[in-house]
Amino acid sequence: MAAIYSLYIINKSGGLIFYKDYGSAGRMDTNDSLRLASLWHSMHAISQQLSPVPSCSGIELLQADTFDLHCFQSLTGTKFFVVCEPGTLHMEALLKHFYELYTDFVLKNPFYEMEMPIRCELFDISLALAVQKDRVALLGR
Amino acid sequence: MPPVAPRSGDAIFASVERVNAELFTLTYGAIVRQLLTDLEEVEEVNKQLDQMGYNIGIRLIDEFLAKSNVSRCVDFKETAEVIAKVGFKMFLGVTATVTNWDAEGTTCSLVLEDNPLVDFVELPDTCQGLYYCNVLSGVIRGALEMVSMKTEVTWIRDMLRGDDAFEMQVKLVKQVPEEYPYKDDE
Repeated sequence: MAAIYSLYIINKSGGLIFYKDYGSAGRMDTNDSLRLASLWHSMHAISQQLSPVPSCSGIELLQADTFDLHCFQSLTGTKFFVVCEPGTLHMEALLKHFYELYTDFVLKNPFYEMEMPIRCELFDISLALAVQKDRVALLGR
Repeated sequence: MPPVAPRSGDAIFASVERVNAELFTLTYGAIVRQLLTDLEEVEEVNKQLDQMGYNIGIRLIDEFLAKSNVSRCVDFKETAEVIAKVGFKMFLGVTATVTNWDAEGTTCSLVLEDNPLVDFVELPDTCQGLYYCNVLSGVIRGALEMVSMKTEVTWIRDMLRGDDAFEMQVKLVKQVPEEYPYKDDE
């Protein structure tokens, strides 16, 4: 079944603030995930400069043999990207939903420091629920 | 996938959970009173309210963007309209009007006829220099800073000081887009 492998959230300076595995494929340790996030941040920025079309907002979709990578960047510079099975549908809507969960459970937590790694249990729980719901909905389609 | 259309302020206001207006007014009043007791100086309280507003604004902007689906504004005029019609409506339940544009289009006034923060409030003589709603100027400044706009927000008219409406002047000082520092290391 098409499913999400992992979710990354990068702050506006390119630092990884959240990483979660939802599938068993491609699990990474902390250092690798940090490195990958900075790589993605740089590639995303470079793609905006490389674009032949003016006012490009960066890479939204990367398709490879064994995975798809969907990326959403908010107007504040925070990037949300998921690595999922090739051909998974409705990832943009799911990313927007994750953005809303971020604005609720992370930003409204007064003890969360901006741009720092996210350590909010409620956020983890609500994300897991959203991923679960998406899987169930997918089975139903 | 076609881009999602931006939602109107009314639609979002109707869809979010709302709180009792009096509780909101009372809570804000308690904050201002406590600040006056702790800091004693009216200027200090103004500064603190602005700082608190700034801290709220930097977080509020993401919620605003997530719920309203607005796309990047073309110019500062569009930004001001969006703040007045969607932003204020979404968070305070009231709309503001945008007036007094200068020649370059970088300074305007946001006019509020109705302001839930000041229901039942009267300023005593001992607090004459106080900008009671200064948290609002901080919120706008903080929110715009997170989308690469450095602004200065000042109060022109204040109903608690005898004027007929609340008027904030928003001045765009600088647009600071996030640029990839290609040549920084050399």
